[in-house]
Amino acid sequence: MRKIVLISGCMVSAFCASVAQAEELEWFEGDKLVLTNGASTVEGASGGGIATWATISGLEMDNGVGVSAHITAIDLPDFGFQSHGVSIGIKNRVELSYARQNFDTRDVGEALGLGQGYVFNQDVFGAKVRLFGDMVYGDPLLPQVSVGVQHKRNLDGPVVRAVGAADDEGTDYTISATKLFLRHSILMNATVRYTNANQTGLLGFGSASGKGHTVQFEGSIAYQLSRRAVIGAEVRTKPDNLDLGEDDWIDLFAAYAISDNITVTAAYADLGSIATFEDQRGAFLSAQLAF
Amino acid sequence: MIKTAILTLFLLQQAPAENVDWDKEFGVEERVRDPETGEFPVEPYQQSNENAGAKPFQGEQLPAAFGGREGIQKIADRTVELSEADPRISDIFVSHDMVRLKRTLGEQFCYLLGAGCDYSGRDMRTAHAGLGATKADLNALVENLQKAMREAKVPFADQNKLLSKLAPMSKDVTER
Repeated sequence: MRKIVLISGCMVSAFCASVAQAEELEWFEGDKLVLTNGASTVEGASGGGIATWATISGLEMDNGVGVSAHITAIDLPDFGFQSHGVSIGIKNRVELSYARQNFDTRDVGEALGLGQGYVFNQDVFGAKVRLFGDMVYGDPLLPQVSVGVQHKRNLDGPVVRAVGAADDEGTDYTISATKLFLRHSILMNATVRYTNANQTGLLGFGSASGKGHTVQFEGSIAYQLSRRAVIGAEVRTKPDNLDLGEDDWIDLFAAYAISDNITVTAAYADLGSIATFEDQRGAFLSAQLAF
Repeated sequence: MIKTAILTLFLLQQAPAENVDWDKEFGVEERVRDPETGEFPVEPYQQSNENAGAKPFQGEQLPAAFGGREGIQKIADRTVELSEADPRISDIFVSHDMVRLKRTLGEQFCYLLGAGCDYSGRDMRTAHAGLGATKADLNALVENLQKAMREAKVPFADQNKLLSKLAPMSKDVTER
């Protein structure tokens, strides 16, 4: 008797489980391998610190929903760059993100005639879809590939137009390939970004003289020291639409997963010349909470 | 809802006649462990190292890092034990022959690490058929293997070398 009950119970629960599998999403199960959700970029998308990756945010896998939140501060000689945001990952397939960027001009604000401590603000709305591949599993030479869109709204329209930008709104398009080469404990990412953003949009988009979208590159390489610790370097090319001598960005970073849910990233970031103020190099600190 | 369904079924059960051999009624053959190996018999199959799913590493460094054949088998045993006790994936192993799993997993690791074993188990697709494993389950298993390797003091870069042989097999071991 007991055996039959067990068998029919199993059949029912197996059936129910398979139905649930098809219909129900698991919330915040935390199934991803630690760090494979990436850190959070200053634009809110998952990735390195300044480069967007093909990763999907949150700790969910194929039948779950995950979330993450970040706060990042970059302390530069003449400026303070701060970003915070949230992101949701669905089925390790779709990522929707929002980030607010605040760029404090400190004393430079006065020198530029904007006023002491003038702060540029920008909202970034992002969406990313994983097309194919898996950064950990599958063919060791087939990367995880994702396409993304980042719609940016600069909240200082009159100022960025005065600086020479054509618009206070712009949209970036990205395609990224990320792979963890386990044999060498090395993660590599390459991203191509089609963008017209000046200083990622903080100084508006395009130029009044007609400069528009161009193709830019983001590259990251990281070495896994342990399950929880990674060191690496990133580079991000940028256009100079405003003829202000805008430089490419570089950083050297170390990321550590304090727990399965909290990742901190510290970096040395070289953001070059910003608004004619040269040699903007400083400390990049970021914390991410993910479920 | 599942509970209600089970409860309903339970209530619907009629008291069966006594003395019925249910195993016989349902054609269930009792599985008997081999007295020597302690394993249940499996359907005959062609044995080959190719069933291990990847080519082995060469050289002495990796086998040494894993503590030789003995160390490798201990890591395999520990991985299986951790997984059996892991609420995320323990269901997968409920009706599994854990004696055989420990032995074949140990052989597979030993073969792939170039420690000189032959793999006598089935190929990955056949061995995982019907388990219904997902990538999330695979991640849990990887974490348990990483824990076992960490406990055995295997350097992280060497841990990843073993994973680099296993990760490409994901398609053959997952079904959903």
